Formats: sequence, structure tokens, C-alpha cells
Amino acid sequence: MTGSALSRRRFMARSLALGCSLAASPLVTPVTMASAPWDARLVVIILRGAMDGLDVVRPVGAPEFAGMRPGLSPGGHDLDGFFELHPALSNLMPLWRAGELGFAHAVSTPYRDKRSHFDGQDILEAGTGMDALGRVRDGWLNRMLQAMPGIEAETAYAVGREDMLILKGEAAVANWSPEAALALSPQAHRLLELVTHDDPLFRDALIEAVELSRTDLAMMTGGEDLEPGEMMNAMQENMRVTRGGASSQSIARFAAERLRGDARIAAFSLGGWDTHAQQDRMLPRALAELQQAVVSLKAGLGPTWQKTAVLAMTEFGRTARLNGTEGTDHGTAGAMLMAGGALRGGRVVGDWPGLAEADLYARRDLLPTRDVRAHAGWVMRHLFGIDGAMIEGTIFPGLEMGGDPGLVL
Amino acid sequence: MRFDPERAAIRFGCGLSARHAPPSDVAGMLTRLQGPDHAAEMFPIPGFAPIHASLDEVGQAVRKQRNGKTEAEREQGQEERRAAVRRIRITGAEWFRQSLLRRALGADGFRERLTQFWGDHFTAVGKGGPWQVAYLPYLEEAIRPHLSGRFADMLKAVIVHPMMLEYLDQKRSVGPNSVAALRNERLSGLNENLAREVMELHTLGAGGPYTQADVRQLAELLTGLNYDRVEGFRFRPAFAEPGAEMVLGRSYGGETPQLSAIMTAMEDLATHPATARHIARKLAVHFVSDQPDPDLIAAMTARFEATGGDLPEVYGVLLDHPASWHDGPGNVKQPIDFVGSSLRALDLVPRHVPSGFGKLRRVFLGPMTLMGQSWGAPLGPDGWPEADDAWITPQRMAARLQWGMTAPFTIRRLLPDPREFVETALGRTVPEPVRFAAASAETRAEAVGLVLASPAFQRM
Repeated sequence: MTGSALSRRRFMARSLALGCSLAASPLVTPVTMASAPWDARLVVIILRGAMDGLDVVRPVGAPEFAGMRPGLSPGGHDLDGFFELHPALSNLMPLWRAGELGFAHAVSTPYRDKRSHFDGQDILEAGTGMDALGRVRDGWLNRMLQAMPGIEAETAYAVGREDMLILKGEAAVANWSPEAALALSPQAHRLLELVTHDDPLFRDALIEAVELSRTDLAMMTGGEDLEPGEMMNAMQENMRVTRGGASSQSIARFAAERLRGDARIAAFSLGGWDTHAQQDRMLPRALAELQQAVVSLKAGLGPTWQKTAVLAMTEFGRTARLNGTEGTDHGTAGAMLMAGGALRGGRVVGDWPGLAEADLYARRDLLPTRDVRAHAGWVMRHLFGIDGAMIEGTIFPGLEMGGDPGLVL
Repeated sequence: MRFDPERAAIRFGCGLSARHAPPSDVAGMLTRLQGPDHAAEMFPIPGFAPIHASLDEVGQAVRKQRNGKTEAEREQGQEERRAAVRRIRITGAEWFRQSLLRRALGADGFRERLTQFWGDHFTAVGKGGPWQVAYLPYLEEAIRPHLSGRFADMLKAVIVHPMMLEYLDQKRSVGPNSVAALRNERLSGLNENLAREVMELHTLGAGGPYTQADVRQLAELLTGLNYDRVEGFRFRPAFAEPGAEMVLGRSYGGETPQLSAIMTAMEDLATHPATARHIARKLAVHFVSDQPDPDLIAAMTARFEATGGDLPEVYGVLLDHPASWHDGPGNVKQPIDFVGSSLRALDLVPRHVPSGFGKLRRVFLGPMTLMGQSWGAPLGPDGWPEADDAWITPQRMAARLQWGMTAPFTIRRLLPDPREFVETALGRTVPEPVRFAAASAETRAEAVGLVLASPAFQRM
């Protein structure tokens, strides 16, 4: 029996002991027992701030590259003789060699020219073309859920403090941030059950919150009951440590735990990619978080990793050349990271546009040669068996998927 | 059910307070609302002037950063830009503090709730730089002066405000046949964002009696609405599409672009029967119930139509209607209402409430994000959700509980006796389990937290 099945059983037993009507609860209902119509898992990581694809997956084989990027941090790992991987992702090389890590290069959303993070992220998460900017109110992962039969509230999780447009919409989505983890003394827990008992909305949310806190609570208390007075300290500690948001490790650990159970989709964000200056110092920090997230997902998912695809996407790439402050400015095409046992990795896919002046977009950015949505679309096509017309018409309106890049095993 | 003072303070105000007696009747509530804005005098928040000044500073720094002759000069520009943004964010955090103090200590809770309601109805999110803290100045300038006026006047103030012109891309909308577009091909681009939201969100409502053709025509009519970074609103006839536009079957404007034609269209949209219904329903949902009594909506709609959208008249129907005083359970408080009413119940004085960007973020803004409300920044122009179950999810419930158990103690070391606090916070109708919990918790902080987390306090 897996850990989550065990805890679920305990959770159900306790709910029944409390005398709550499961049928009346929007959160507990068949949800926890039902399964989605497919078994594969999809994790989407939104990299906020525009990741520099050219530094992460470096086209060192391109003759112009060295001149455009003087002072590149050394120690990159050769991938395929043309591209090399940024040294801050070293711990992902075993995945690359196992065929569980790949990249798509020279990809972008349909967003062009304005180079605003906010609009760029809206387009990325809405999954639309530029014409629909501001018009579409839901996210593409939510539209995918709406289109599928048998979706329950806990099929998809938005993990982390912030709301995410990518999962916003009519389909029910659960959300949780490890920062919200509750550390309750037995007495406080009993009294909370008492004061919420007659209000199903609050009562059920509390029951779930206590259950969802379990992973993080074990980290906070070592699994012991809290003594009186310790509770406040534990909560304050939890809030203090995570002031800037939960760590990628705790987010990924939580997502993996849910995905090992009934959840099929998880999405979260990682920030810190807006490297306008001193990129050689800033970018490794953001990459360390991304690496940690991927490693923690794999570790937490266990055998489920084999059914999982992780896509890490960003709103746009950055300028091909270094700027005057050893950073890069907002650009156009970039790279997407793909990981997971369900994928055919070990390669950098894409139609390489070249870096010669005439090959650049607006003579400054890597030229997009493929819509990043096409890759995500093909992954969903094979992972979940979603109809192509549904992908091109509803999930990614206006997308032409084009040829199958064969990303899924 | 009829008017009840404590319920009036909880459902239509910022909660109970040891300092202020609850409203005694509907007439008193409306009179106070139409009187002087005492809370704004005690806890001032400026209009847009500091935002304009900061936008100007940032603009100049960016020019230096881009066009500086030497690398040192460019770097200096970058540093100046960062410093300017830092300064305005620090200042802006204090405005947020002022808005909390208004909720905690002001006499007129209804005014604060209406400010939040209309600010959400006319959602405008500031993105990047000084815009990030522009939400409260926007409310102060475009919303708050019109709370007890005509709906049409609020609409007119909003659609010429830089905050809205920036947020819904009106600044970039140029008539395809405008003087500017004919001079410079690259300028020509109509942006329908504001026009669509004016009809869908601000006036007629989604599903209202308009078509895509109306959106397009209104977008053409709105061209010319623009602003200057320093001066504020500016009508730019050169950007405006010449010719009359047909919106909902009526023609507006002529060959010479004029602001008055836009205002006439706003007047018509603001007083349209579909708008009356949309606004009536929204007010009832926000204040009374996620599933409001149809008769309440009908009565408010009728008064809106009869008075041409005179807001105090509409509020009067809302406050007089028996359905508004149901025994509950009432709506779940949004995080800002929860935090504000907690401070009010704790009877703080201004010096208790933390000051400074870092502290305000730690004690209020961060936890509110975890509760699902990134202050002033909903995901889309449709604003914050109204449904109770959008707010009480496991994460959001946990965040409310965490805040209730830790923040009061952080703010004010000397917490009230929980057995008395439960009466202050909940009034005459304390549910027995909450009274028991308040008396049985192991520490004062936990007891206060239990009271604040109880559905009795979380609902209105």
C-alpha cells in the first residue's frame, strides 16, 4: 500500500468518525476515490521572468555564439556535440543519459514584439494567440480538464502561494501551498473541529488542510504531537522560513505525493529568470531551484515517474547578445525543458534557425521556429489520448500542431 | 427579517468594534455615507500625483539607461530606476496600511466595503514599476468620490483614468483611419479590450444585449482616450477614429472626434436596463448571498432604472429589503474583509499596526496571498470571485487559521481575554461551541485564533 493510500484511509476513517456526510462535501466527495480517465501524469512548471534558453541549452556549435556570449560560466556539459547544458543543471545529466530529459529549442508562444512579462505570461498560460490577449479568461490546462470526461476536483493541483492563470477556469482544481501547512496541537485541533462542525464548507476544508499538512508537518515537528505553546512557534517558524514563498523542493515534494495518488496534473511556478545583469551569478540560482524541483519530483514520484511528463516553459527567451551589464534583455524564442520517464529524451528537438545576424528575429533575438504550444499539444495528444482537433480548437485555439515531434515514448 | 444593528455592521460594514457602536438604522447608514469622508481625513491616501511623479522618475532613468553615452551612465540609469521603484513601493505599502486602519478604526464600515466592491467591479491591476502600488490611489481618485453619486459618473471617471487606460490597453488603441495612423502606418491598431470590458463587465454584463459589432464600434469610439505619464488623462483627437459609431443601435460622434460623444455613450450604457440588472445582482451577491433572493434583485433593478442609477437609492433598497437580513449563513468574508474585521475586533490603535514594507508584507500581504487574494492584483479584469467555496479551500482555510493564530499576537503582544474577545467579535449571537473553544484553548493566542477562524466570524 502506498503512503498516500494509507493516509487517505486514515483520513476517511476520521471523516466518518466526525460524522460528516461525505456526499455533502464538495472537497471530499467521490473525488478522492475516483480516478481520472487516464493514468499518465503531467507537470507544468511556469518559469516566470523569461528564462534565457541560449544560456541554459547553449548552442556552442554555432560559430557566432562565443562572440555573442563572452564570459560564459565554464563547465557546461556536452549534450549532442552542438548544444551543451548549463553547469548549474549538472545533477540532471543522469536523466539526460537515461533518456528522461530533453529540450525543445527555438520555441516561443505566439507573443511577439512587446516583450512584457505580464502579457507574455498571460499568453503562455492562456494558451492563446496574441489576438485573444485579454479576452480569454481561463488557462489551457483548465480547458484541457473541461474537455475531458470524468475529471474530479483533485485531478489537478495548483501548487504554491500564487494563483495560476494556467489552471484557472470552470473545471475544479485543487490548490495547496506547503507554506499553508498547519501545525496544530491536539487540543487546538479538537476545538477547531468543534467550531467548524456545523458548517460543511469550513469543516471539510479544515479536514483536508490537516491531511494535506501531513508531509510538511512531519518536517516541522518530527512527527510528534505538539506540546501546548509549541504550536504558535511552529506556525511562525513555518511562515518565517518561507517568507518569500515555499521552496521548490517542498512544492515538488508535495506535488509528487499528490501525483502518486489520484492527481494527474500539477502546475507550479518558479521565478528568478529575469537576468538583465550579472547573468553568470543570477541564472545559476534560478537553475538550482529548477534542478531541485525536477530531482524532487523524480524522487517523490518513485515508479510513477515512468508515467510522468514534466514541461518547464517560460514566457519568452532573451536577447542573443549579452548587454552592457553582463545580462540579457527580453527576447523572443527560447527553450523548453522536458523531463520524465514517459518521454523520449536525450535530445534537443527543434529546427535550429542559426545565430547569424540575418537569422535573428528583429536582428536581436533567437528566431522562433516552432510554437511551444505544439510540443505541449503533442505531449498531451499521446500522454492522454486527446483528440488533435480538441487541442487545436479548444485547448490551444488557433494552433497548428504540425508534424509529430515524437516526444512521448 | 429586518434591520439589525450588529448584523448591519457585520454584513454591510467592516465588523464589530469596541470603539464604534453599530449603525442604528438604514437612514443613518445612508446619511453617514453621503456625509464627509472622515476615514479618508484621518488616514489619507493620495490620488495619482505620486504615481505620476514616480512614472516620470522611472521614465527618465530608463532613458538614461538606454541612451547613456558611457556604460557608467547607463548603469547609473539602471540604478536610478531601481531606486525610484523601490521608493514608491515603500510609500505605497503605507497606503495599504492606511486602508487597513480605515477598516479597523473608521466609523463608516459601509463606505469601506463599497470602495472595495466598486474597486473590484472596475478592476484595474497595475503591472510593473510604480503601477504596482497604483491601485489604492486609483480607488481614491476614480471610485471613492462617486460611491454615493450616480453610477454613470463613476463609469465616466473610471474610463478616463490612467490606471484603466493602461490596464486594458486603451493607451495603445489607435483608430485605423485616424490622423496618427495615416501619418505612421505602424501606429494603426485598434485594441478592443476596454470596449469589451466596459460592456461585458462594467455595464451590460456577460450575456447582455450586445454583439461583437457593438464591441468593435465602441472600441472605435473610445480611440483618443489616452494619458500622459506626467499630466494624467489626455484626449488625443489624432488617435481617434473619425466618423460616427453605431453602438446598440444608436449613433455617436461625427467627423470631428470629441470626448463628449464618448461620454454620451457611457451615459447610455450606464443607464441601460441590462446594466441596472447586472449591477443590482452583483451588489446583492456581494453583500447578501451567493444565491440572492430574486425579489431583492428585481426591487434594486427597478430603483436603479427609475432613478437613472442613483446609487444611494439602490443601496437603500438593498438595506431595506427583508431578504438582506436573513439569519445566515452569510457570505464568506474575502481575505481583506477578514483581516480588516479582525483588526477592528482586536481594537487596535494605529501604533499597533505594523509599518514598513517588509513588515506589512510579512504580516498582511504575504498571508493574504496565501488566502487567495494577492492584494490589488486579481488574475483578470473580472476581479475576485464571489463564491464562498472559491475562498474556503484547504489552503485558503489553513492560511486564515494560521494568520488568526499568529498575527494578532505579532501585532499586539497583550491580547484581550478570549472570553471577552469572543463577545466583542461576534456580538450577541455567539455560537456555543465558539464560546467553549475561546474558554478552553491552551493559550490566549490560540483562543483568539479559534474565534477568528470560526465560521461565525468568517461569514458575514
